[in-house]
This record gives sequence, C-alpha cells and structure tokens, in this order.
Amino acid sequence: MSDKKNIIICRCNEVTQEEIEALIDQGITDIEMIKRLLRIGMGPCQGRTCLPMVVSILARKTGKKPEEIKLPATRIPVRPVPAGVLVGEMESDENEE
Amino acid sequence: MKSKAEVVIIGGGSTGASIAYHLAKLGVEDVVLLEKNYLGSGSTFRCASGIRAQFTDEANIKLQKYNIERWKNLSEELEYDIHFKQTGYLFLATTEEEVEAFKQNIKLQNKFGVPTRLIDMDEAKEIVPPLNTEPFLAGAWNPADGKACPFRVVYAFARKAREMGVEIYEHTPVTGLIVENGEIKGVKTEKGVIKTGIVVNAANAWAPIINEMAGLERDFIPIRPYKHQIVKTEPIAPGQIEPLTCPPAWNDSYVIQDGEDGGVMCGTGLEKEPLSLDDVQPTYDFLREVLKWATKIIPALKYVHVVRQWAGFYAKTPDSNPAIGRIQYVDELYIAAGFSGHGFMMAPGVGEAIAELIVKGKSKVPLDWEWYDPHRFERGELRSTAFQIG
Ligand SMILES: Cc1cc2nc3c(=O)[nH]c(=O)nc-3n(C[C@H](O)[C@H](O)[C@H](O)COP(=O)(O)OP(=O)(O)OC[C@H]3O[C@@H](n4cnc5c(N)ncnc54)[C@H](O)[C@@H]3O)c2cc1C
Repeated sequence: MSDKKNIIICRCNEVTQEEIEALIDQGITDIEMIKRLLRIGMGPCQGRTCLPMVVSILARKTGKKPEEIKLPATRIPVRPVPAGVLVGEMESDENEE
Repeated sequence: MKSKAEVVIIGGGSTGASIAYHLAKLGVEDVVLLEKNYLGSGSTFRCASGIRAQFTDEANIKLQKYNIERWKNLSEELEYDIHFKQTGYLFLATTEEEVEAFKQNIKLQNKFGVPTRLIDMDEAKEIVPPLNTEPFLAGAWNPADGKACPFRVVYAFARKAREMGVEIYEHTPVTGLIVENGEIKGVKTEKGVIKTGIVVNAANAWAPIINEMAGLERDFIPIRPYKHQIVKTEPIAPGQIEPLTCPPAWNDSYVIQDGEDGGVMCGTGLEKEPLSLDDVQPTYDFLREVLKWATKIIPALKYVHVVRQWAGFYAKTPDSNPAIGRIQYVDELYIAAGFSGHGFMMAPGVGEAIAELIVKGKSKVPLDWEWYDPHRFERGELRSTAFQIG
C-alpha cells in the first residue's frame, strides 16, 4: 500500500490519511471533533469527497459499523455562490464564461 | 459512569470546559463534566472566535483586560496551540455623535489599561486594506484584542482536564437534580445518577431548564435563546481583514477573517426567535441581510464565494450580561450562563473565578460579582447593556 503520508483524504484543506489516523489513535473518535481539529469537510467542497472516507477510516479503526457513524450537518449553500449574486448585484457564474 | 463526584458541571462548552480545567488545577480530584451532545455542540463551536476588551462599562472592561492576559499564555499553559492571535478589533463610526461616544469609551478603556485609540481612515485602510473607508469618520482600534480557535480551545481545556483526572461524559443529558432541604444531593442523567454536593450550571441557552430541575422558577434568571448566524466565504489572502471590523450603526454588522483558513466570517444583528431549543436552521433572510452590509464594508467581497452558513444561540439576559455566581436558594448550586455574543472570550477568567469561588469562597480574578449577580433580575435591577456582538 502506498504511504499514508501521501494519501490526501480532504483535498480542500490537504489533510492526509496519516493525520486522521494519528488523531483517532490519540482517542479522538468523534467525527465532529475530528472534523473541527483537522478542518475536514469545511472547505469549498463541504465534505462531499472526504467525509465518506473519514467515516470508513473511523469504522475500520474503531470497529463500528459505518451506518453507526452519523455524518456532520451539511451547511447551506450546497454549492459556493459569489456574495454579489446573493445581494442581487451580479449575474451568477453559470451565465458568465 | 462514576456514581459519585465532588463537583458536577453541566454543559461542555467553552465555559464548562474551562471550569472543569480550573477546578482540577486547584486540586479538586473528583470532577465530572456532563454534556448532552458532543463537546462544543452548543453555542461555542458556532462562534466567530472574537476576543475583545473594548466594552463600554467598567466590569466588562476589567474582566476582559484580565482575560486577554490569560489568552496570551493559554496555549503554553494547556500545552496545545489554541491559535490565539492579537489581530485587534476595529469599530467604525458613521456620525460625529458616534465619534464622540467612541472617545468616551476609549477614555474609560484607557483608564483600565486597555490601549484603544481613535484612528483616522488612512490608518484603518492600512489595517484592513480592502476596507471601504468612504462612509466612515473614525475608528476605535485596539490592537490587543484578537481571536482564537473555538474548536481548539474546548479541546485543549478538556484534554488537560482529563489528564488531571476530570471525567468527561459526552452524549449524556442531565435529566434531573436531586435537591433535599435546599441541598444538592445528586444529578440524574440518562445513564444513571451521580451523587454530588456541588453543581455548576454551565448550560447557557439551556440553563433555565437546569434551574427548573433545581426547583427554581424557570425564569428566575430570564435567559432567552436567539438564533444568531454566520455566513462564511472561501479563503482570501491572509492579512486582508484580520481584525474584527464592525460599524455598530450598521445593524451591528461585522466581518472577520478566520485566523486559520482565511475565509471571511460575516455577521449581523438580525436575531430570530428559534422554533425550539434544537432549532439551529440557518435562514435565507439572514444571508441577504448580512451580505448587504458585509459587501458595503468590504466591496471586494462581492467577488468572493460564500461557502457556508450556520446558526447558533445567543443566550440573552435582559441586560445582555451573564449570570455568574452562587445561587442563594440552593446550597452549593453555581451558575455561569446567559452569555450572548461574548461568552467565548470570557471563558478563561470565568472558569478560573467560578473554580476559585467553589474552592476558596473568593477569587483573585477581577470579576465584579455584584455586576454579574444571578439574583439581580428578580430584584428588577439591570446593568447597562453590554455590547453584544463578537
Ligand atoms: C454566530 C455566533 C457568533 C458568536 N461570536 C462570538 C465571538 O466572536 N466571541 C465570543 O466571545 N462569543 C461569540 N459568540 C457567543 C459564544 O458562542 C457563547 O457565548 C459561548 O460559546 C457560550 O459558551 P458556553 O460554554 O457558556 O455555552 P455553550 O457552548 O452553549 O455550552 C452549553 C452546553 O450545555 C449543554 N447542555 C445543555 N443542556 C444540557 C443537559 N441537560 N445536559 C447536559 N448538557 C447540556 C449543551 O449541549 C451545550 O454544549 C457567538 C455566538 C454565535 C451563535
């Protein structure tokens, strides 16, 4: 298997598998705390790519079933939107190009 | 779970975690902290991270001057980097009357050693380069104010407390208190009873429910939850909006760059009554309102993406000051709750003061017990309103 140091789980905030496992090994097994200490799921993708992987790492390391691990709340807006669009002063990105 | 403890703290936010740590530091061996959800899940993990001594009354200025000294050393003391940085707070005046009010506040703050000064818009622009200076006449600038990471703060207090023997039970709601002849005998939880003689209510927005469990009127301390929200943008280059920047006349709106990831947190004083004490659903009207002000303060924010929005509770009392101290009707029941927009910044000193009050009956923290007296509301006595935002 490739080096865990080089496996990026959260691409937005560049968090590696090694960092996640190290935190779990220290006894931090609550996904809410892991998320906040490593800032996983808090970047522009809002956890769409990384959180399912964190759940499977947690499940493997703690012996829990993946279904038992509740995902953190998703935050609106689901996709990033320029602030100017929301104050009604600009067109949305999709109409630009 | 333990079946007995010397002190039980209810509520695992920044206040409860700090009290737990300070009790252990004073050598109390048998402390339990109970949190119904996960640590920080109340208001603390939803806060904007701001820490300031720029208040408009003596009690809050003195406490916060002391707290900033504590914040400076907290990473070292807790042996964990809590990311405290003195990036300042910049309040902006839009009218001559406001400039006069700023001057009065600055005089009071200077009297207690807080180094706030009045600055012009050229200096403000140097501090916050993308600021729209045109609407503003002057700024009140305290470079000693700052910010810290709420996640790391709660974790660091809890970690150190555990190391010193505190037992912390998460996902353990308190369901009742056992009080006999005006004395605390125990705490009931969903996982069993813990016998104890001393209880601290640090449940903030939920504190009235705990008071009621102790046999007090629910409104003995009238704490009302209000939804307060934040909208956060994608990261921008570090150093653009480091201080919390706030024109109070613009509906208490503020912007502050996250010290860690560089995103900009935007807030405004639009308070919503929650549907219940679990209702932290963000609202669209807030999104529009907050961005209207934020893009007036920093026009370039129009081109920055909004990535998230969340809500938490301000636990407001009628004078926006918390209730801190001993509750006289029940022996050994203490409270530190009713923090609206400034409970996070007060956590180190409040935790220390309550711990010392319990152990020694008095405290060296410059906390004016009379000002924060939990019994002031039933006497119909209110303090001057504390400025709430961040
Ligand atoms: C959007 C927003 C921005 C803010 N910005 C700032 C800022 O910049 N600076 C600042 O200083 N403050 C700010 N605040 C305020 C700050 O978040 C709070 O004042 C502070 O977090 C209060 O901490 P606490 O520990 O007293 O309460 P909380 O963090 O709310 O902790 C109370 C805990 O008690 C638990 N609890 C409740 N009932 C029970 C029960 N029956 N059994 C067990 N546990 C229970 C809850 O789950 C909760 O975790 C902001 C608040 C919001 C909402």
